[in-house]
Amino acid sequence: MRVTAERDRCVGSGQCALLSPEVFDQDDDGLVVVLREEPAEELRGEVFQAADLCPARSIRVHG
Amino acid sequence: MTADILPRRPRPASVTGTDVTGIGAADTVRKAAMTQSADTAPETGAPLPQFPMRRTCPFSEPREYAEMRADHPVSRAALKVNGKPTWLVTRHEHVRQVLGDSRVSSNLKLPGYPHQFHIPEEMLAQVRLMMLNLDPPEHSAQRRMLIPEFTARRVKEMRPRIQQIVDEHVDAMLAAGGPVDLVTALALPVPSLVICELLGVPYEDHARFEEWSAAMMNHDLSPAEYGAAVQALDMYLDKLVTLKENEPGDDLISRFLEKNRTERIADHVDVVTMARLMLVGGHETTANMIALGVLALLRHPGQMAELQADPTLLPGAVEELLRVFSISDSGTARVAVEDIEVGGVTIRAGEGILALNNAADHDESVFPDPDTLDIRRKEARSHLAFGYGIHQCIGANLARAELEAVYGTLLRRIPGLRLAAAPEELRFKDDAMVYGVYELPVTW
Repeated sequence: MRVTAERDRCVGSGQCALLSPEVFDQDDDGLVVVLREEPAEELRGEVFQAADLCPARSIRVHG
Repeated sequence: MTADILPRRPRPASVTGTDVTGIGAADTVRKAAMTQSADTAPETGAPLPQFPMRRTCPFSEPREYAEMRADHPVSRAALKVNGKPTWLVTRHEHVRQVLGDSRVSSNLKLPGYPHQFHIPEEMLAQVRLMMLNLDPPEHSAQRRMLIPEFTARRVKEMRPRIQQIVDEHVDAMLAAGGPVDLVTALALPVPSLVICELLGVPYEDHARFEEWSAAMMNHDLSPAEYGAAVQALDMYLDKLVTLKENEPGDDLISRFLEKNRTERIADHVDVVTMARLMLVGGHETTANMIALGVLALLRHPGQMAELQADPTLLPGAVEELLRVFSISDSGTARVAVEDIEVGGVTIRAGEGILALNNAADHDESVFPDPDTLDIRRKEARSHLAFGYGIHQCIGANLARAELEAVYGTLLRRIPGLRLAAAPEELRFKDDAMVYGVYELPVTW
Protein backbone atom coordinates (compact mmCIF):
# COMPACT_ATOMS: atom_id res chain seq x y z
CA MET A 1 0.00 0.00 0.00
CA ARG A 2 1.40 3.37 -1.02
CA VAL A 3 -0.21 6.69 -0.03
CA THR A 4 0.05 10.00 -1.86
CA ALA A 5 -1.70 13.31 -1.33
CA GLU A 6 -2.11 16.28 -3.63
CA ARG A 7 -1.51 19.37 -1.54
CA ASP A 8 -2.83 21.61 -4.30
CA ARG A 9 -6.26 20.11 -3.85
CA CYS A 10 -6.25 20.00 -0.03
CA VAL A 11 -8.83 22.19 1.71
CA GLY A 12 -7.54 21.54 5.22
CA SER A 13 -10.48 19.62 6.66
CA GLY A 14 -8.07 17.69 8.86
CA GLN A 15 -10.17 14.52 8.67
CA CYS A 16 -7.13 12.48 7.59
CA ALA A 17 -5.00 13.73 10.48
CA LEU A 18 -7.79 12.86 12.92
CA LEU A 19 -8.61 9.46 11.45
CA SER A 20 -5.11 8.23 10.75
CA PRO A 21 -2.61 10.33 12.71
CA GLU A 22 0.29 7.93 12.09
CA VAL A 23 -0.02 8.40 8.34
CA PHE A 24 -1.28 11.98 7.92
CA ASP A 25 -0.65 15.34 9.50
CA GLN A 26 -1.34 18.99 8.73
CA ASP A 27 1.58 21.39 8.40
CA ASP A 28 1.63 25.02 9.62
CA ASP A 29 -0.44 26.01 6.60
CA GLY A 30 -2.99 23.40 7.61
CA LEU A 31 -2.39 21.36 4.47
CA VAL A 32 -1.98 17.60 4.30
CA VAL A 33 1.38 15.99 4.89
CA VAL A 34 1.90 12.26 4.36
CA LEU A 35 4.04 11.03 7.25
CA ARG A 36 4.34 7.46 6.03
CA GLU A 37 4.10 6.81 2.33
CA GLU A 38 4.08 3.05 2.84
CA PRO A 39 2.09 2.50 6.03
CA ALA A 40 1.74 -0.83 7.76
CA GLU A 41 -0.94 -3.12 6.42
CA GLU A 42 -2.97 -2.97 9.66
CA LEU A 43 -3.61 0.74 8.99
CA ARG A 44 -5.32 -0.03 5.68
CA GLY A 45 -8.82 0.46 7.10
CA GLU A 46 -8.22 3.91 8.56
CA VAL A 47 -6.16 5.04 5.54
CA PHE A 48 -9.00 4.08 3.20
CA GLN A 49 -11.48 5.85 5.43
CA ALA A 50 -9.32 8.97 5.42
CA ALA A 51 -9.16 8.86 1.63
CA ASP A 52 -12.90 8.29 1.34
CA LEU A 53 -13.84 11.10 3.72
CA CYS A 54 -11.41 13.65 2.29
CA PRO A 55 -13.76 16.35 0.96
CA ALA A 56 -11.24 17.43 -1.66
CA ARG A 57 -10.38 13.90 -2.81
CA SER A 58 -6.73 14.74 -2.45
CA ILE A 59 -5.63 11.38 -1.01
CA ARG A 60 -4.77 8.42 -3.21
CA VAL A 61 -4.10 4.91 -2.00
CA HIS A 62 -2.26 2.66 -4.44
CA GLY A 63 -2.20 -1.11 -4.02
CA MET B 1 -24.67 1.98 -6.77
CA THR B 2 -23.20 3.40 -9.96
CA ALA B 3 -24.70 5.90 -12.32
CA ASP B 4 -25.03 3.51 -15.23
CA ILE B 5 -27.51 1.22 -13.54
CA LEU B 6 -29.88 4.06 -12.74
CA PRO B 7 -32.73 4.68 -15.16
CA ARG B 8 -31.97 7.42 -17.63
CA ARG B 9 -34.14 10.49 -17.40
CA PRO B 10 -35.32 12.67 -20.24
CA ARG B 11 -33.84 16.12 -20.37
CA PRO B 12 -35.89 18.91 -18.82
CA ALA B 13 -38.23 20.54 -21.26
CA SER B 14 -36.94 23.74 -22.79
CA VAL B 15 -39.61 26.35 -22.63
CA THR B 16 -39.71 30.11 -22.36
CA GLY B 17 -37.35 32.32 -20.41
CA THR B 18 -37.95 33.25 -16.81
CA ASP B 19 -35.18 34.32 -14.53
CA VAL B 20 -32.48 36.17 -16.38
CA THR B 21 -30.78 38.58 -14.09
CA GLY B 22 -27.82 39.04 -16.40
CA ILE B 23 -25.38 39.89 -13.66
CA GLY B 24 -21.82 39.44 -14.86
CA ALA B 25 -22.23 35.80 -15.89
CA ALA B 26 -20.67 33.85 -18.71
CA ASP B 27 -22.77 33.84 -21.87
CA THR B 28 -23.29 30.10 -21.81
CA VAL B 29 -24.75 30.32 -18.35
CA ARG B 30 -27.04 33.19 -19.24
CA LYS B 31 -28.41 31.50 -22.34
CA ALA B 32 -29.04 28.24 -20.55
CA ALA B 33 -30.88 29.98 -17.74
CA MET B 34 -33.31 31.34 -20.28
CA THR B 35 -34.53 27.90 -21.16
CA GLN B 36 -35.75 26.97 -17.69
CA SER B 37 -39.34 26.54 -16.74
CA ALA B 38 -40.92 25.64 -13.46
CA ASP B 39 -44.15 24.28 -14.88
CA THR B 40 -44.02 20.53 -14.67
CA ALA B 41 -41.66 17.77 -13.75
CA PRO B 42 -40.36 15.91 -16.79
CA GLU B 43 -39.93 12.89 -14.52
CA THR B 44 -43.62 12.57 -13.73
CA GLY B 45 -45.50 15.18 -15.75
CA ALA B 46 -47.02 16.40 -12.47
CA PRO B 47 -46.71 19.95 -11.13
CA LEU B 48 -43.31 20.45 -9.56
CA PRO B 49 -43.10 19.85 -5.82
CA GLN B 50 -42.35 22.95 -3.76
CA PHE B 51 -39.06 23.46 -1.97
CA PRO B 52 -38.30 23.67 0.95
CA MET B 53 -40.20 20.69 2.26
CA ARG B 54 -40.95 20.43 5.96
CA ARG B 55 -39.66 17.88 8.42
CA THR B 56 -42.70 16.26 9.99
CA CYS B 57 -40.53 14.61 12.63
CA PRO B 58 -37.61 16.60 14.06
CA PHE B 59 -35.46 13.44 14.09
CA SER B 60 -35.92 12.65 10.44
CA GLU B 61 -35.91 14.13 6.97
CA PRO B 62 -38.94 15.57 5.14
CA ARG B 63 -41.08 12.61 4.10
CA GLU B 64 -40.76 13.44 0.39
CA TYR B 65 -37.01 12.83 0.42
CA ALA B 66 -37.20 9.03 0.80
CA GLU B 67 -39.61 8.84 -2.10
CA MET B 68 -37.36 10.98 -4.29
CA ARG B 69 -34.29 8.95 -3.38
CA ALA B 70 -36.06 5.76 -4.42
CA ASP B 71 -37.93 6.89 -7.55
CA HIS B 72 -36.35 10.01 -8.97
CA PRO B 73 -33.17 10.81 -7.03
CA VAL B 74 -32.26 13.74 -9.25
CA SER B 75 -35.46 15.63 -9.90
CA ARG B 76 -36.86 19.10 -10.20
CA ALA B 77 -38.75 21.28 -7.75
CA ALA B 78 -40.02 24.85 -7.67
CA LEU B 79 -38.53 27.21 -5.10
CA LYS B 80 -41.27 28.50 -2.81
CA VAL B 81 -39.68 31.93 -2.60
CA ASN B 82 -39.94 32.72 -6.32
CA GLY B 83 -41.42 29.72 -8.16
CA LYS B 84 -38.21 29.17 -10.10
CA PRO B 85 -37.06 25.64 -10.84
CA THR B 86 -34.15 23.87 -9.22
CA TRP B 87 -32.74 20.38 -9.26
CA LEU B 88 -32.90 18.42 -6.04
CA VAL B 89 -30.19 15.80 -5.53
CA THR B 90 -31.03 13.28 -2.84
CA ARG B 91 -28.68 10.28 -2.89
CA HIS B 92 -25.45 10.29 -0.89
CA GLU B 93 -23.36 9.29 -3.89
CA HIS B 94 -24.85 12.01 -6.09
CA VAL B 95 -24.63 14.74 -3.45
CA ARG B 96 -20.91 13.99 -3.10
CA GLN B 97 -20.54 13.92 -6.86
CA VAL B 98 -22.17 17.34 -7.32
CA LEU B 99 -20.35 19.00 -4.43
CA GLY B 100 -17.03 17.61 -5.67
CA ASP B 101 -17.55 18.73 -9.27
CA SER B 102 -15.58 21.76 -10.47
CA ARG B 103 -18.21 22.35 -13.17
CA VAL B 104 -20.67 23.63 -10.59
CA SER B 105 -20.44 27.10 -9.08
CA SER B 106 -21.43 28.49 -5.69
CA ASN B 107 -21.77 32.01 -7.04
CA LEU B 108 -25.17 33.33 -6.04
CA LYS B 109 -24.97 36.08 -8.63
CA LEU B 110 -25.17 33.62 -11.51
CA PRO B 111 -28.57 33.31 -13.16
CA GLY B 112 -30.16 30.02 -12.22
CA TYR B 113 -28.62 29.93 -8.73
CA PRO B 114 -31.37 28.53 -6.49
CA HIS B 115 -32.05 31.36 -4.05
CA GLN B 116 -34.01 30.50 -0.95
CA PHE B 117 -34.51 34.11 0.08
CA HIS B 118 -35.92 36.86 -2.00
CA ILE B 119 -32.99 39.12 -2.78
CA PRO B 120 -33.84 42.10 -5.00
CA GLU B 121 -31.64 42.29 -8.10
CA GLU B 122 -30.13 45.64 -7.16
CA MET B 123 -29.11 44.21 -3.78
CA LEU B 124 -27.69 41.11 -5.44
CA ALA B 125 -25.63 43.20 -7.81
CA GLN B 126 -24.04 45.05 -4.90
CA VAL B 127 -23.50 42.20 -2.49
CA ARG B 128 -19.91 41.16 -1.79
CA LEU B 129 -19.57 37.40 -2.10
CA MET B 130 -18.81 35.46 1.04
CA MET B 131 -16.17 32.73 0.82
CA LEU B 132 -18.89 30.08 0.60
CA ASN B 133 -20.17 31.74 -2.58
CA LEU B 134 -16.76 32.14 -4.21
CA ASP B 135 -15.34 29.73 -6.78
CA PRO B 136 -11.66 28.94 -7.27
CA PRO B 137 -9.22 30.61 -7.53
CA GLU B 138 -10.68 33.41 -5.31
CA HIS B 139 -12.17 30.84 -2.96
CA SER B 140 -8.90 28.92 -2.60
CA ALA B 141 -6.95 32.10 -1.84
CA GLN B 142 -9.26 33.10 1.00
CA ARG B 143 -9.67 29.59 2.38
CA ARG B 144 -5.89 29.05 2.46
CA MET B 145 -5.59 32.11 4.69
CA LEU B 146 -8.09 30.64 7.14
CA ILE B 147 -7.22 26.92 7.15
CA PRO B 148 -4.41 27.27 9.75
CA GLU B 149 -6.97 28.64 12.25
CA PHE B 150 -8.98 25.41 12.20
CA THR B 151 -6.50 22.54 11.94
CA ALA B 152 -6.96 19.45 14.09
CA ARG B 153 -4.04 20.63 16.25
CA ARG B 154 -5.37 24.16 16.73
CA VAL B 155 -8.78 22.86 17.68
CA LYS B 156 -7.16 20.49 20.18
CA GLU B 157 -5.41 23.50 21.73
CA MET B 158 -8.77 25.27 22.05
CA ARG B 159 -10.38 22.37 23.91
CA PRO B 160 -9.37 23.37 27.47
CA ARG B 161 -10.82 26.86 27.01
CA ILE B 162 -13.99 25.43 25.44
CA GLN B 163 -14.33 23.11 28.45
CA GLN B 164 -13.90 26.05 30.80
CA ILE B 165 -16.62 28.02 29.02
CA VAL B 166 -18.97 25.04 29.15
CA ASP B 167 -18.26 24.47 32.85
CA GLU B 168 -18.94 28.11 33.72
CA HIS B 169 -22.32 27.94 32.02
CA VAL B 170 -23.21 24.62 33.62
CA ASP B 171 -22.19 26.10 37.00
CA ALA B 172 -24.59 28.96 36.38
CA MET B 173 -27.38 26.56 35.43
CA LEU B 174 -26.85 24.53 38.59
CA ALA B 175 -26.72 27.65 40.73
CA ALA B 176 -29.94 29.02 39.22
CA GLY B 177 -31.77 25.69 39.47
CA GLY B 178 -34.24 24.27 36.97
CA PRO B 179 -36.21 24.71 34.89
CA VAL B 180 -34.07 26.70 32.46
CA ASP B 181 -34.16 27.21 28.72
CA LEU B 182 -31.12 25.31 27.52
CA VAL B 183 -30.93 27.41 24.35
CA THR B 184 -30.31 30.67 26.22
CA ALA B 185 -28.46 29.12 29.16
CA LEU B 186 -25.97 27.02 27.20
CA ALA B 187 -26.59 26.29 23.51
CA LEU B 188 -26.21 29.88 22.29
CA PRO B 189 -23.67 31.38 24.68
CA VAL B 190 -21.06 28.60 24.42
CA PRO B 191 -20.43 28.73 20.65
CA SER B 192 -20.98 32.47 20.69
CA LEU B 193 -18.22 32.97 23.26
CA VAL B 194 -15.91 30.52 21.51
CA ILE B 195 -16.21 32.22 18.13
CA CYS B 196 -15.99 35.70 19.69
CA GLU B 197 -12.71 34.83 21.39
CA LEU B 198 -11.34 33.26 18.21
CA LEU B 199 -12.30 36.23 16.04
CA GLY B 200 -11.54 38.90 18.60
CA VAL B 201 -15.12 40.16 18.80
CA PRO B 202 -16.09 41.65 22.20
CA TYR B 203 -18.59 39.24 23.74
CA GLU B 204 -20.47 42.04 25.49
CA ASP B 205 -21.94 42.84 22.06
CA HIS B 206 -23.32 39.32 21.64
CA ALA B 207 -27.00 40.17 22.10
CA ARG B 208 -26.86 42.45 19.08
CA PHE B 209 -25.10 40.15 16.65
CA GLU B 210 -27.05 37.11 17.78
CA GLU B 211 -30.24 38.94 16.88
CA TRP B 212 -28.86 39.98 13.48
CA SER B 213 -27.52 36.57 12.63
CA ALA B 214 -30.73 34.81 13.69
CA ALA B 215 -32.61 37.21 11.40
CA MET B 216 -30.30 36.35 8.52
CA MET B 217 -31.24 32.67 8.80
CA ASN B 218 -34.99 33.27 8.65
CA HIS B 219 -36.74 32.32 5.38
CA ASP B 220 -39.78 34.43 6.18
CA LEU B 221 -38.14 37.83 6.52
CA SER B 222 -38.84 40.49 3.93
CA PRO B 223 -35.91 41.55 1.74
CA ALA B 224 -35.85 44.86 3.61
CA GLU B 225 -35.61 43.13 7.00
CA TYR B 226 -32.96 40.74 5.72
CA GLY B 227 -30.97 43.60 4.20
CA ALA B 228 -31.24 45.59 7.42
CA ALA B 229 -29.85 42.72 9.48
CA VAL B 230 -26.89 42.22 7.11
CA GLN B 231 -26.23 45.94 7.03
CA ALA B 232 -26.36 46.33 10.80
CA LEU B 233 -23.93 43.47 11.33
CA ASP B 234 -21.62 44.74 8.59
CA MET B 235 -21.55 48.23 10.09
CA TYR B 236 -20.63 46.73 13.43
CA LEU B 237 -17.91 44.56 11.90
CA ASP B 238 -16.68 47.40 9.71
CA LYS B 239 -15.78 49.37 12.83
CA LEU B 240 -14.22 46.34 14.46
CA VAL B 241 -12.06 45.51 11.43
CA THR B 242 -10.93 49.14 11.21
CA LEU B 243 -9.96 48.98 14.87
CA LYS B 244 -7.90 45.83 14.26
CA GLU B 245 -6.26 47.35 11.21
CA ASN B 246 -4.87 50.00 13.55
CA GLU B 247 -4.45 47.96 16.72
CA PRO B 248 -3.99 44.28 15.92
CA GLY B 249 -4.81 41.75 18.63
CA ASP B 250 -4.16 38.04 19.08
CA ASP B 251 -7.14 36.88 17.07
CA LEU B 252 -8.25 35.47 13.72
CA ILE B 253 -9.26 38.79 12.17
CA SER B 254 -5.93 40.42 13.11
CA ARG B 255 -3.96 37.43 11.80
CA PHE B 256 -5.97 37.52 8.56
CA LEU B 257 -5.19 41.23 8.18
CA GLU B 258 -1.51 40.60 8.89
CA LYS B 259 -1.24 37.86 6.24
CA ASN B 260 -3.20 39.98 3.83
CA ARG B 261 -0.52 42.66 4.01
CA THR B 262 1.73 40.37 2.00
CA GLU B 263 -0.85 38.20 0.17
CA ARG B 264 -3.09 41.13 -0.81
CA ILE B 265 -6.12 39.01 -1.69
CA ALA B 266 -8.78 40.92 0.22
CA ASP B 267 -9.85 44.54 0.61
CA HIS B 268 -11.51 45.98 3.71
CA VAL B 269 -15.01 44.93 2.62
CA ASP B 270 -13.78 41.39 1.93
CA VAL B 271 -12.42 41.20 5.48
CA VAL B 272 -15.74 42.46 6.92
CA THR B 273 -17.58 39.88 4.81
CA MET B 274 -15.22 37.13 5.96
CA ALA B 275 -15.72 38.15 9.59
CA ARG B 276 -19.50 38.07 9.12
CA LEU B 277 -19.34 34.56 7.66
CA MET B 278 -17.16 33.29 10.52
CA LEU B 279 -19.29 34.95 13.20
CA VAL B 280 -22.67 33.82 11.86
CA GLY B 281 -21.46 30.41 10.70
CA GLY B 282 -19.60 29.89 13.94
CA HIS B 283 -22.40 30.12 16.43
CA GLU B 284 -25.86 29.77 14.91
CA THR B 285 -25.25 26.28 13.53
CA THR B 286 -23.44 24.92 16.58
CA ALA B 287 -26.08 26.41 18.88
CA ASN B 288 -28.82 24.58 17.01
CA MET B 289 -26.91 21.31 17.11
CA ILE B 290 -26.34 21.62 20.85
CA ALA B 291 -30.03 22.02 21.61
CA LEU B 292 -31.22 19.40 19.13
CA GLY B 293 -28.56 16.92 20.22
CA VAL B 294 -29.52 17.26 23.86
CA LEU B 295 -33.17 16.82 22.95
CA ALA B 296 -32.34 13.68 20.96
CA LEU B 297 -30.43 12.19 23.88
CA LEU B 298 -33.24 13.01 26.31
CA ARG B 299 -35.67 11.25 23.96
CA HIS B 300 -33.39 8.18 23.77
CA PRO B 301 -32.69 7.50 27.45
CA GLY B 302 -31.14 4.09 26.80
CA GLN B 303 -28.45 5.55 24.58
CA MET B 304 -28.02 8.50 26.93
CA ALA B 305 -27.28 6.04 29.74
CA GLU B 306 -24.77 4.22 27.54
CA LEU B 307 -22.99 7.48 26.83
CA GLN B 308 -22.95 8.35 30.53
CA ALA B 309 -21.42 4.99 31.31
CA ASP B 310 -18.84 5.15 28.53
CA PRO B 311 -17.71 8.64 27.44
CA THR B 312 -15.44 7.11 24.76
CA LEU B 313 -18.66 6.71 22.75
CA LEU B 314 -18.97 10.50 22.62
CA PRO B 315 -17.15 11.27 19.33
CA GLY B 316 -19.23 8.67 17.51
CA ALA B 317 -22.42 9.98 19.12
CA VAL B 318 -21.57 13.50 17.89
CA GLU B 319 -21.21 12.22 14.32
CA GLU B 320 -24.51 10.34 14.54
CA LEU B 321 -26.33 13.40 15.89
CA LEU B 322 -24.84 15.53 13.13
CA ARG B 323 -26.06 12.95 10.62
CA VAL B 324 -29.58 12.56 11.98
CA PHE B 325 -30.28 16.30 12.02
CA SER B 326 -28.16 17.54 9.09
CA ILE B 327 -29.38 20.98 10.09
CA SER B 328 -28.01 22.87 7.12
CA ASP B 329 -29.78 20.67 4.59
CA SER B 330 -30.06 23.09 1.69
CA GLY B 331 -27.04 25.25 2.47
CA THR B 332 -25.30 23.46 -0.39
CA ALA B 333 -26.80 25.41 -3.29
CA ARG B 334 -25.00 25.36 -6.62
CA VAL B 335 -25.46 26.28 -10.25
CA ALA B 336 -24.03 24.24 -13.12
CA VAL B 337 -21.63 26.18 -15.34
CA GLU B 338 -21.31 23.33 -17.81
CA ASP B 339 -23.66 20.48 -18.63
CA ILE B 340 -23.14 17.70 -16.11
CA GLU B 341 -24.64 14.25 -15.77
CA VAL B 342 -25.80 13.12 -12.35
CA GLY B 343 -27.40 9.72 -11.92
CA GLY B 344 -28.22 9.53 -15.63
CA VAL B 345 -29.86 12.96 -15.63
CA THR B 346 -28.34 15.81 -17.61
CA ILE B 347 -28.22 19.06 -15.67
CA ARG B 348 -27.70 21.88 -18.13
CA ALA B 349 -25.32 24.78 -17.70
CA GLY B 350 -27.16 27.56 -15.91
CA GLU B 351 -29.52 25.31 -13.96
CA GLY B 352 -29.67 25.47 -10.18
CA ILE B 353 -28.94 22.51 -7.93
CA LEU B 354 -29.67 21.85 -4.27
CA ALA B 355 -27.53 18.93 -3.11
CA LEU B 356 -29.59 18.01 -0.05
CA ASN B 357 -27.36 16.74 2.69
CA ASN B 358 -30.22 15.72 4.96
CA ALA B 359 -31.49 13.49 2.14
CA ALA B 360 -27.97 12.11 1.59
CA ASP B 361 -27.59 11.45 5.31
CA HIS B 362 -30.75 9.35 5.33
CA ASP B 363 -29.72 7.32 2.28
CA GLU B 364 -30.45 3.71 3.26
CA SER B 365 -27.68 2.42 0.98
CA VAL B 366 -25.10 4.13 3.19
CA PHE B 367 -26.89 4.34 6.56
CA PRO B 368 -29.10 1.27 7.14
CA ASP B 369 -32.28 2.09 9.06
CA PRO B 370 -31.49 5.81 8.65
CA ASP B 371 -34.28 7.17 10.85
CA THR B 372 -32.97 5.33 13.88
CA LEU B 373 -30.52 7.18 16.09
CA ASP B 374 -27.67 4.81 16.86
CA ILE B 375 -24.70 6.34 18.67
CA ARG B 376 -22.66 3.22 17.83
CA ARG B 377 -23.34 3.45 14.11
CA LYS B 378 -20.05 2.58 12.37
CA GLU B 379 -20.63 4.57 9.19
CA ALA B 380 -21.93 7.74 10.92
CA ARG B 381 -18.80 9.68 10.00
CA SER B 382 -19.69 9.42 6.31
CA HIS B 383 -22.41 12.02 6.86
CA LEU B 384 -22.42 15.18 4.78
CA ALA B 385 -23.83 17.48 7.45
CA PHE B 386 -20.79 19.75 7.03
CA GLY B 387 -21.10 19.56 3.26
CA TYR B 388 -18.48 18.07 0.97
CA GLY B 389 -15.95 19.33 -1.53
CA ILE B 390 -13.95 22.52 -1.39
CA HIS B 391 -16.64 24.38 0.59
CA GLN B 392 -16.97 21.83 3.38
CA CYS B 393 -17.43 23.69 6.68
CA ILE B 394 -14.04 25.05 7.67
CA GLY B 395 -15.06 25.01 11.34
CA ALA B 396 -16.20 21.39 11.38
CA ASN B 397 -13.56 20.21 13.85
CA LEU B 398 -14.21 23.17 16.12
CA ALA B 399 -17.94 22.36 16.05
CA ARG B 400 -17.16 18.72 16.91
CA ALA B 401 -15.03 19.82 19.86
CA GLU B 402 -17.78 22.11 21.16
CA LEU B 403 -20.48 19.45 20.79
CA GLU B 404 -18.35 16.85 22.59
CA ALA B 405 -17.64 19.28 25.41
CA VAL B 406 -21.27 20.28 25.86
CA TYR B 407 -22.88 16.84 25.60
CA GLY B 408 -20.14 15.22 27.70
CA THR B 409 -20.30 17.84 30.45
CA LEU B 410 -24.09 17.81 30.69
CA LEU B 411 -24.18 14.02 30.96
CA ARG B 412 -21.47 14.02 33.62
CA ARG B 413 -22.51 16.98 35.71
CA ILE B 414 -26.30 16.92 35.36
CA PRO B 415 -27.06 13.21 35.04
CA GLY B 416 -30.70 13.77 36.01
CA LEU B 417 -31.32 16.18 33.13
CA ARG B 418 -34.84 15.92 31.73
CA LEU B 419 -37.23 17.81 29.52
CA ALA B 420 -39.37 20.39 31.36
CA ALA B 421 -41.99 20.68 28.61
CA ALA B 422 -44.16 18.27 26.72
CA PRO B 423 -42.33 17.29 23.51
CA GLU B 424 -45.31 18.42 21.40
CA GLU B 425 -45.00 21.93 22.84
CA LEU B 426 -41.51 22.45 21.42
CA ARG B 427 -41.32 24.81 18.46
CA PHE B 428 -38.87 23.88 15.72
CA LYS B 429 -37.24 26.19 13.18
CA ASP B 430 -39.22 25.06 10.16
CA ASP B 431 -38.99 28.60 8.81
CA ALA B 432 -35.21 28.88 8.90
CA MET B 433 -32.30 27.96 6.64
CA VAL B 434 -30.72 26.14 9.55
CA TYR B 435 -32.90 23.73 11.51
CA GLY B 436 -33.15 23.97 15.26
CA VAL B 437 -35.45 24.34 18.24
CA TYR B 438 -36.41 27.79 19.51
CA GLU B 439 -36.49 26.88 23.19
CA LEU B 440 -35.59 23.77 25.11
CA PRO B 441 -36.89 23.89 28.70
CA VAL B 442 -34.99 21.43 30.87
CA THR B 443 -34.77 20.64 34.55
CA TRP B 444 -33.06 18.05 36.80
